[in-house]
Amino acid sequence: MAATRRPPTLFRNLNAKIAAIPMILTALVVFVGGTAWTVVYSFTNSRLLPREKFVGLDQYERLWSSNKWLISIENLFIYGICSLVLSLIIGFVLAALLDQKIRFENTFRTILLYPFALSFIVTGLVWQWILNPQFGIQAVVRSLGFESFSFDPLYNPDIVIYGILIAGLWQSTGLIMCLMLAGLRGIDEDIWKAARIDGIPMWKTYLFIVIPMMRPVFITTLVIIASGIVRVYDLVVAQTSGGPGISSEVPAKYVYDAMFLSQNLGQGFAGSTMMLLAVIIVIVPWAYLEFGGRKRHV
Amino acid sequence: MSNTGALNIAAAGADAAAHDLAGPRGARPKRALSGRNIMIYGTLAVVSLYYLLPLYVMMVTSLKGMPEIRMGNIFAPPMEITFEPWVKAWATACTGLNCEGLSRGFWNSVRITVPSVFLSIAIASINGYALANWRFKGANLFFTILIVGAFIPYQVMLYPLVIILREMGLYGSLTGLVLVHSVFGMPILTLLFRNYFTSVPEELFKAARVDGAGFWGIYFKIMLPMSLPIFVVAMIIQITGIWNDFLFGVVYTKPDLYPMTVQLNNIVNSVQGVKEYNVNMAATIITGLVPLIVYFASGKLFVRGIAAGAVKG
Repeated sequence: MAATRRPPTLFRNLNAKIAAIPMILTALVVFVGGTAWTVVYSFTNSRLLPREKFVGLDQYERLWSSNKWLISIENLFIYGICSLVLSLIIGFVLAALLDQKIRFENTFRTILLYPFALSFIVTGLVWQWILNPQFGIQAVVRSLGFESFSFDPLYNPDIVIYGILIAGLWQSTGLIMCLMLAGLRGIDEDIWKAARIDGIPMWKTYLFIVIPMMRPVFITTLVIIASGIVRVYDLVVAQTSGGPGISSEVPAKYVYDAMFLSQNLGQGFAGSTMMLLAVIIVIVPWAYLEFGGRKRHV
Repeated sequence: MSNTGALNIAAAGADAAAHDLAGPRGARPKRALSGRNIMIYGTLAVVSLYYLLPLYVMMVTSLKGMPEIRMGNIFAPPMEITFEPWVKAWATACTGLNCEGLSRGFWNSVRITVPSVFLSIAIASINGYALANWRFKGANLFFTILIVGAFIPYQVMLYPLVIILREMGLYGSLTGLVLVHSVFGMPILTLLFRNYFTSVPEELFKAARVDGAGFWGIYFKIMLPMSLPIFVVAMIIQITGIWNDFLFGVVYTKPDLYPMTVQLNNIVNSVQGVKEYNVNMAATIITGLVPLIVYFASGKLFVRGIAAGAVKG
C-alpha cells in the first residue's frame, strides 16, 4: 500500500470517530478533567463557591484533624474489612453448597440474589425497621421472656457500624455467591474425580486445590467489593443518617455534606481526593496483576 | 507452588480415574436422606429463610393497622388485613410541604429511567461497535481511560459535573440527570457491547463490506438484529441501576423532580409527625417493586447482566 495515497489520518474511519465522540468526551472531560479539577481545587480555600486561592495542604490538615472525618475513616475501615472477609466467606460457602448438584438450585439462587436487585435505600429502610429496638428483634425476644435481651445496633454508637454491615451483607452476598458459583463451574470436573480417587477429603480439596485455582475470580470479586465499599453512602443515609451523633459517618457522606450542605467545598474536594487515593491503592496492584503481564505479548 | 505440582499430578491421574469411575458400579448410589444431604438442604433452607425474612416483614407490616403494629411483634401475620397503608403511601404520604405520596416520585423515576436507558444504550452500543469493528488510532487509549474511570469514586466527579451542567443550563432538570446517568453508564455498557461485537464472526462483517454496506448500514442491518440478547442484558443493568440510584438524584435534581428513592427516604426518615410504620413499609415495597419485577421476569439474563455490571456498583 502506498502510504502517500491514503487520506489524512484524521479523516480515516470518520464515522467510527464520530460515533466515539461521546466516549471520548466522557473519558477526557468527566473522568480525567473532573478528577483533575477536584484534585486541583482540593488545594484551595473554596467554601461556598470554588475559588482559586491556593492554600497548600491546609484542607488536608483540617480534614485529618476533623473528628467527623476520623470517625468516617474508622467506620469505613471496620465496615470494609468485615464486609470483605465475610462476604467472601459467606459467598463462597453458599456457592459451594449450591454446587453440590442439588435440587431446587434455581430456587435457592433466586432467593439469595433477590436483595441485590433492591436499592440500598430500600435495604436500609427494611433493616432499620427490623433492628428497631421498640418493635423489632429486640422487642420480640424480650416478649418471649428474655427481659434483659439487648440488640439495638442502630441506636448504640459503639456497634452502629455493624448494624449497617448486616444490611450491607444481606444486600450483596448474593452477587458474590453468583460470581463464585460461576468460578466453581469453571473448574474441571476431572479434578474432583482425581481428588476423590486420592482420598482427599472434600474440604481439603476446596481449600488447597479449588480455591487456589479460582484465584482470578477471587481477585476480581475483591476489586468489585472494595470499590463498592469506598462508595458506601445510601445505606448509611437510609439506616442512620450518620447517627447516633456522628458515630456512623462514612467518607462518602462526609464529602456530600461538605459539598452540598455545609458549603465547605474545599473539605469536600480534599475528602474525595482521599477517597480517590484509596481506590488507586486498591486498583493499581490489581490492574498490574491483571494486565501488566499480558501487555508484553500484545 | 507445591500445590500446583500436586494439581498436575492429580490432573494426570484424572484420565485413569475417570475410567475407573465409569465402571459398571457407576456413581455411589444416592440416598435421599443421607446426613450430607440433610446438612446441605438444612443449611440452605435456614439461609433462605434469613434472606426472605425482610421481604416477609415488609409485607406483613404494610398490611397491618397502626394499633396492631404497636401491640404485636413485627413477625406476626396481620390479624386484620388492610390496604389503607398502600393507598396512603401511593397517594397522600407527605414529604415536607408535599402530600402527593410516592406517585410523584414514581413518575419522576419513570421520566428519568426511560430516556436514560435509551440514550445510554444507543450511545454505548454504537460506541462499542466502533471500537470492536472500526478500530481507529488512539481508540484503545480512550477506552482504557473510560474503564479505569469506572472505578473512580463518584464523589470525585460530583462537583465538576454540577459546574458543567450549570454551564449548559441543565442543573436541577431531569435532562441533566438523564445526561449524568448516560455518562456513568458508559464504561460498563461500552465494555459489554465491545466484547459482544468482537465475538461476532469477522467474515460476516467482511462480507457486508464487500456488499457495499457502510458503518451505519452494517450496524443497523447486521449487528443490531444479531445482538438482541445483549441489548436486553444492558437494559436490565440500566433499568435496575438507574431506578435504584439515590446519590445522583439527590445531587442533580430539585425536590419537585426527586426520583422515587430520594422521595422514599424523605418520607420514611422525616422527623416530623408520628411514624407510620405500615405506610413506610408499603412505600418501601412499592419502590422496590420495579427492580424486583425486572429481576423475576428476566431470570438468568439478570445474572449475566449483574455479573457484567457489577463494577458499576
